[in-house]
Amino acid sequence: MIKFSNVAKDFRKARVLDGISLDIGIGERVALIGSNGAGKTTLIRCLLGEYTHDGEVTINGLDPRNNRTQVLGTIGFVPQLPPPLKMPVGQLIDFSAELCGTDPQRIHDIAKRLGLDIDAILTRQFVRLSGGMKQKLLIAIALGREAKVLVMDEPAANLDPEARKIFFDLLAERQNEATMIISSHRLDEVSSLVNRVIEMDLGKVVLDDRVADDVSLASTLNCRIVVKRAEPAFAKAIGAWKFAGSDDGLIWEGSIAGADRLRFHGMVARYIALVNDISLTEVTN
Amino acid sequence: MKQLWLTAKLDIVESLRARWFQIYTLVFGGIVALLFLFGLTESRVLGFIGLSRLLVTYIQLTMAILPIFVLITTVRSVAGDREAGVFEYLLSLPVSLSAWFWGKIVGRYIVVFAPVFLAMLGAVGWATIQGIEVPWEMFSYYTALLAVMAMCFLGIGMLISAVARTTDMAQGAAFLVWLTFLLFLDLILLGVMIQGKVAPEFAVTLALANPLQVFRTAALALFDPQLIVLGPSAYVILDLFGTTGYKIFALVYPATLGVLSATIGYFLFRRGDLP
Repeated sequence: MIKFSNVAKDFRKARVLDGISLDIGIGERVALIGSNGAGKTTLIRCLLGEYTHDGEVTINGLDPRNNRTQVLGTIGFVPQLPPPLKMPVGQLIDFSAELCGTDPQRIHDIAKRLGLDIDAILTRQFVRLSGGMKQKLLIAIALGREAKVLVMDEPAANLDPEARKIFFDLLAERQNEATMIISSHRLDEVSSLVNRVIEMDLGKVVLDDRVADDVSLASTLNCRIVVKRAEPAFAKAIGAWKFAGSDDGLIWEGSIAGADRLRFHGMVARYIALVNDISLTEVTN
Repeated sequence: MKQLWLTAKLDIVESLRARWFQIYTLVFGGIVALLFLFGLTESRVLGFIGLSRLLVTYIQLTMAILPIFVLITTVRSVAGDREAGVFEYLLSLPVSLSAWFWGKIVGRYIVVFAPVFLAMLGAVGWATIQGIEVPWEMFSYYTALLAVMAMCFLGIGMLISAVARTTDMAQGAAFLVWLTFLLFLDLILLGVMIQGKVAPEFAVTLALANPLQVFRTAALALFDPQLIVLGPSAYVILDLFGTTGYKIFALVYPATLGVLSATIGYFLFRRGDLP
């Protein structure tokens, strides 16, 4: 599906990618992790045919640079930083849909599932949307077409827990037919989403590990937490996950996306001294 | 072709919402309004009165403003878009590089040329209502001159954008190009020739190569066939070409320069890193 053969890239004599060779098959969900400057973005840009490089990158045997429209028509891309586009949302959707040969309504529908009412913001400039709205729209554009490869740079960073849950559901619907590359500098952000971890450092692959695929992207965890005393900071943090608390603020109940479990545990860990009891029950949808 | 028009449309919409376009439109619309307001159509210079007087002044002012405006706004927005990540996202969509690059040029050209032309057209419309005679031949030639002027500097701007990797570098290069053209206008050439340090042929070649000088001479040649107000180099040039020949040259050369610059820019763009 995706093949990197000895890919190298220099910027003014500084080696940013150093002989990367990888094979990524269909259905693989890859976490591309590494610190800033590790080469993740450069690798993604080589994959998108945006950078010239030594070595070879192919998607289904085709070079993305020389077969742009053919190859990029099968790739859905979500950048880490939304571009500062001044065009109205409606035009961005129409432009993308027309180039990708998809029905704009598909993008509207996915955005709606993510909690973004496109009709209300059709004439608003993209750059004027909030960070979360931009992210949802870019995800909707990437998923609103027949993409065989999904390349996403910190895609869930600006999403609230509810939208993240729907986002994971949307990925789950595609997991058997699409290859996903999710870039992040923190593994805990994406670990539950993937079945393969590729870590980069100084332009090289330092870890390439297939991980147990036990967590269903579409699963939900019902959770109950009992705390020792009512604490406003904890109530605020757990409230962001849409948990409902008892009147005395001691018992909290709600559900989280299976793929979000590590992130959720990270939040709970900050208040671990406060926690008396915690239970999680997986419910596969 | 569909991709090219989609990109052009996209660039037009982006430009229409940009502040530079609002200022640009205001400047050219304002110039025409001011020229009418100050009663320029009633004043006389070198035998010119009415709308032809206004058009002569308008094209002189446009020659001073349009090149630097087009150069700076083109390189700022193209290099700025690249720096801000707009290229990274939009070029991840299935659009060919030729459709993207030339689509941007087409869109930008429409946006750059339309206000200048519409301001002039507005002047013609107003003159017709006021019963002032419209010099159609002059209007047509000036329209063509403005069209190639926009094409020339847009092409150069796109070449600079393709070469420069940062907005600052692009702006600096654009300013330098404009300054070089400005320095080699007729007055400087005249000074150089008087000092006798360069061959007259070289000075004439410089004047022929400088699109600003070419426009200036062509615009003035319409109302001053002897080119008395210009320096000797322009006179020599006119003598070589003849009035009609020079008028044609003044359209063909800058247009060729613009298209050639844009073409070189395109090959550099597609050869290098895109974002």
